[in-house]
Amino acid sequence: MSKYIFKRLLIVIPTMLAVILIVFLLMNLTPSDPASVILGPNATQEAKDKLNQEFGYDKPVLVRYFDYVVNLVQGDMGTTYTTSRSVFTEVTMRFPTTLKLAAIGITLAVVLGVPLGIVAAVKQYSIFDIIGTATSMFMASVPGFWLGLMLILLFALKLGILPSYGNATWVHYILPSVTLALPVAASILRMTRTTMLESIRQDFVRTARAKGQIERKVIFKHALHNALLPVVTVAGTEFGFLLGGAVVIEQVFSINGVGKLLLEGIRMKDVPLVTGCAVFICFLFMIVMLLVDILYAYIDPRIRDRYTRA
Amino acid sequence: MSKQADVQTATNIKRPKRKSQAKEIWRRMKKNRIAMVGLAIISIILLCTILADVIVSYDYSLEQNMDLRYAAPSGDHWFGCDNYGRDIFARVIHGTRNSLIMGIGAVVVGILLGGFFGSITGYFGGKLDTVIMRIMDVFNTIPFMLLALAIASALGPSLTNVLIALMISMVPYYTRVIRASILNVVGQDFIEAGKACGTPTRFIILKHVLPNAIGPVIVHATMSVGTMILSASAMSFLGMGIQPPAPEWGSMLNEGKDYMLYAPHLVIFPGLAIVLTALSVNLMGDGLRDALDPRLKD
Repeated sequence: MSKYIFKRLLIVIPTMLAVILIVFLLMNLTPSDPASVILGPNATQEAKDKLNQEFGYDKPVLVRYFDYVVNLVQGDMGTTYTTSRSVFTEVTMRFPTTLKLAAIGITLAVVLGVPLGIVAAVKQYSIFDIIGTATSMFMASVPGFWLGLMLILLFALKLGILPSYGNATWVHYILPSVTLALPVAASILRMTRTTMLESIRQDFVRTARAKGQIERKVIFKHALHNALLPVVTVAGTEFGFLLGGAVVIEQVFSINGVGKLLLEGIRMKDVPLVTGCAVFICFLFMIVMLLVDILYAYIDPRIRDRYTRA
Repeated sequence: MSKQADVQTATNIKRPKRKSQAKEIWRRMKKNRIAMVGLAIISIILLCTILADVIVSYDYSLEQNMDLRYAAPSGDHWFGCDNYGRDIFARVIHGTRNSLIMGIGAVVVGILLGGFFGSITGYFGGKLDTVIMRIMDVFNTIPFMLLALAIASALGPSLTNVLIALMISMVPYYTRVIRASILNVVGQDFIEAGKACGTPTRFIILKHVLPNAIGPVIVHATMSVGTMILSASAMSFLGMGIQPPAPEWGSMLNEGKDYMLYAPHLVIFPGLAIVLTALSVNLMGDGLRDALDPRLKD
């Protein structure tokens, strides 16, 4: 098992190098250079050239990529054009907010999605199943940012019981985390329902019932144990997406997380900031995916066995 | 004489009428009432797109009237007016085209490119498969929205660029789906038989492999049109998509969100348009999945 984890960790390095290269090449397409951003449109070409040279922007893109990687290994992600602060500090300063939001969001989603999914499967075609399935279908069609706007409209502007923006206290996290959680809860519900339905029809469940096991134990011990494996993958992947994909929701609720920082960078054409945020988000996403895979192997002896043999 | 009679009898033999696969799928889908509702709604939305100029002129959707700023929904302006006094109904109707172009366009091109990579990797395997799939793996480690945002920001905000960004971001996903689907088919006997007969590879892929592998791909495609419409509207909401004053649902929401307190209709109607479109596509996709493969149905 440890050999497998080590192997997977080793793959992270070349993948990360390739991801940085993609981000670098994409950013290179941006019709902007540091001097134009810092000095504004009225600066002379001479002054611009001088500043660009200071930033090393006159070098070819692959040389800059190599320099970037070397610096990155030492924890240096460059400085932003607009504030001249370290990109690393900017990103790590905003990260706890994003992490908190994603963690609350995924917890809520699992707490809502899994039990409702179990009920929907165990009582198939009942009113719970119909309402649950219909709601999850509906939630899959609602854009997150619109859901956020509607929640703000109702709870902040009309009822005035919750704050609509910022992240000063825990109360501020309620609306954004619910907005993040609902669509994810819907997909977890669907997944739990499907796998639970499959699991309930398996022979081992029939055996459990045949030997006279009480129904509660049949469902929670035998059926659920096997049904939850794919749900772990879904929840883990969604958590990874929430860490990096909460860009729109952070924008709607004016939350100073990594996503909003990325958007600010895009708007200001601040290439080091955008590159830094993108690299950071990809790295996190990859680590989360790796942890999900390891967790999966840990809880499923069949997969663990395949890995240890391979 | 007898030879002629043989031919005659042969043509007279009534063969049992074979139902085509498409007809069979349609028959199964017709039974699914929810899917038909989805199909009906999406047909109406498509009609609105085609007849947009007949329903209400495009110029009307851009016409500003400062006296009507924030006007609430009424008989004259069904969905009310926005912060420039423009008729929201007209803007929602004309926004349909942009949203559908982005949603469907991204999926279609994504599938064509993904289909190309997926079929050569799935069919030939070997080193080519490894190289292409490793590249796709790298793209898969970049969250979808981040990749789309990065591409759109590099190319600059416009409808075409959002479309390109969404397309490229979809390619790794479709390559994976189509490759898996093709691997399933390639292992079967009739492909081996085709190879043994000396059928040209191009012919095997186009005539035997693709038609048999296309089922799951169609389902994934329908389902992702909904997701793409949502992503495209999110991109426009962030100011990456089509630029004002052109009507697009996401950018209408972006403009309207600041006036939500006293004119909630500015955000309610464009949002409902997105939900309705995505919902009808998803309902249809669900029905199509059940119709294509009845075994999948619980």
